[in-house]
Amino acid sequence: MLGLGADRLRADMNRLLALLFHQGVLDEQFLQLQQLQDESSPNFVSEVVNIYFHESEKLLRNLRGLLMDRECSDYKKMGIHLNQFIGSSSSIGAKRVRNVCVAFRAASEQNNRAGCLRALELLEHEYCYLKNKLHELFQLEQQRLLAAGVRYPMQN
Amino acid sequence: MARNGVVSMHWRSEKIDGFDLSPPDDEQVHVLAVDDSLVDRKVIERLLKISCCKVTAVDSGIRALQFLGLDEEKSSSVGFDDLKVDLIITDYCMPGMTGYELLKKIKESSTFREIPVVIMSSENVMARIDRCLEEGAEDFIVKPVKLSDVKRLRDYMTAREFRVKNQQIGNNNNIKNNNKRRLSARRNIWNGIVFVDDLLGMFA
Repeated sequence: MLGLGADRLRADMNRLLALLFHQGVLDEQFLQLQQLQDESSPNFVSEVVNIYFHESEKLLRNLRGLLMDRECSDYKKMGIHLNQFIGSSSSIGAKRVRNVCVAFRAASEQNNRAGCLRALELLEHEYCYLKNKLHELFQLEQQRLLAAGVRYPMQN
Repeated sequence: MARNGVVSMHWRSEKIDGFDLSPPDDEQVHVLAVDDSLVDRKVIERLLKISCCKVTAVDSGIRALQFLGLDEEKSSSVGFDDLKVDLIITDYCMPGMTGYELLKKIKESSTFREIPVVIMSSENVMARIDRCLEEGAEDFIVKPVKLSDVKRLRDYMTAREFRVKNQQIGNNNNIKNNNKRRLSARRNIWNGIVFVDDLLGMFA
């Protein structure tokens, strides 16, 4: 019965991953990260993703701060933040977030405040969606390990 | 694949003076990875470790120079023999010193100019790639870096080590060959990787 739980959870995980790929939220780089996870580094994906979340939230705060400054929006600084955001998003396979950042960067290069505001809103939305879904994925993974672990010894 | 009893070269860039050295391992390739992004450092570190490389990851060009002992102000207290770096892989876009500037500094150094330097960049810009190759970069990888990229580098390093150990030709010829190779680099972007054509000819 416990084995069945683990299998069902694995199926749920695969279904969620397939959905995220289908929606273009994630791309093959995420699969690459999963390939780097093994017994010697069993939490690699969640570790990297958590670093990404931490950094992204800082970047989002900075971007919002820069845009809210009506007097003199520092578009150049926005560009620097966005470059970082684009880089890290591409490194974990966060395709949709990355694409919104690219559009945001284009707007900032034209000093287009309205465009930037729209892009920021969309970016925050996409980021939230990604974060929720990845949390869901990691929770399923944890549950699956628990369910599988009760049946099979963890240690070797 | 960690070997039992070998202390891994696990150190943080802030504590440059206080890290544990494992006994020098001739078999393993030691890579110095330079990237200001923590996410990217974690990924490149893992990519390299899983490909059986020893990794030292730093967050800036300055730290890289400090590690190599090229920084006049603060050099590593460790002897150069133990610091044998076989490959340097660096991000292009970094605050302060760019990867390109780091590349130039390394190629200007008589001690370290023979170490292959690979540039990583999220932007696939021909002019940038050309400039790096002309300055002496071994290769240029478009991010995100994948396992296949690292495996390819690893194979090149193994072949290079073999070549260096077995060749009788002096250093002058090496530099001549390097220049020939760079000038005739085939600008073929396949999945963002530039293939340096004559590179393969060197192992014939």
